[in-house]
Amino acid sequence: MSSREESRLRIAEVDGVIKVEFIDRNILDEANIQAIGEEIATIVDTNEAPKLLISFANVDHLSSAALGTLITINNKVRAREGQLRLSDIDRQIYEVFVITRLNQIFTISETAEEAMASFAG
Amino acid sequence: MTAAGHGSQHPDPHPDAERIELANDRDAIDDVENTIISLADTHGYSQSAQFALRLAIEEAVVNAFKHGHRDLPEHLTVSIEYFVNSERIFVAVEDQGPGFTPSDVPDPTLDENLELPSGRGLVLMQAYMTRVEYVGRGNRVEMELIRAELPEA
Repeated sequence: MSSREESRLRIAEVDGVIKVEFIDRNILDEANIQAIGEEIATIVDTNEAPKLLISFANVDHLSSAALGTLITINNKVRAREGQLRLSDIDRQIYEVFVITRLNQIFTISETAEEAMASFAG
Repeated sequence: MTAAGHGSQHPDPHPDAERIELANDRDAIDDVENTIISLADTHGYSQSAQFALRLAIEEAVVNAFKHGHRDLPEHLTVSIEYFVNSERIFVAVEDQGPGFTPSDVPDPTLDENLELPSGRGLVLMQAYMTRVEYVGRGNRVEMELIRAELPEA
C-alpha cells in the first residue's frame, strides 16, 4: 500500500479491514512518529469509510507524541465515517492509555481477532 | 504543578549526580536513557520501574527540545543529571529556554480536553515518578523515583 522506502509500518488489507502494525519496538522518535502519522493519514484519506486496525503487537514503548498522533488519526477516521480499533497493547502501555484516559476515546481489543470481529458493517 | 506532597517532599538532587549535555539526536537520547536504565537494572529496580523511568525521561527530554527550545538554535543542548542508588533514582532535565508555568498547560485528562493532541507528557511524568517538580524559571524539571514507594516494594 505504501511505496515509501522508509516506512515504519507493516500494512495489510484483510476482509475489508486495513491492518497496520509497527516495525519498531519503540515509538518515540518525533520524526518517525510524524512519518507514521502521515502514512496512516494517507490511508485514511484514500479509503471511504475506512476500517482501520492498529496493532501494537511489537511495541514496547510509546510516548505522548505517539498518543497525540493516534488522536489525530482517530479524528480523521471519524471525519470519513470510518472505524478505528486498537489491539495487542502490552499491559504497561495499556496503563499509559488509562492514565491519560485515552482508553475512553479508543476502542481497544485484546487481540487483532477480537478487533476484527468488532467492526460494524 | 509541583509534586503533590507535604512539607519538604521535593526531589532531592545529589552532589555526586552525573551530568551530561545532550544534543537533539535520537541515538544520543537513547544512549542516555539506556545508561540510566541499566544503572537502575544494576540496582535491582523492577522492569516496570524501568519502563516508568524511560517514559518519564523521554517525555522530559522531548518537552525540553520541543517546547523549551522552540525558538532557539537547533544545536543547543539540554543537560541531564542523574543519580541512582538502591533507594532512589533522581533525574533532572534542564533546557536553555525561557521556561514555562506547568499550571498553564490544560489538563488533557479532563473530559473537554481528551482529544487535545498534546499535553500528556506532564501527566505521564507525574503518574510514573514519585515526585516531579519544575524549578527555576520552569526550564528545569527534577524527578525522583523512590523505591520504597513503588507498588511492588
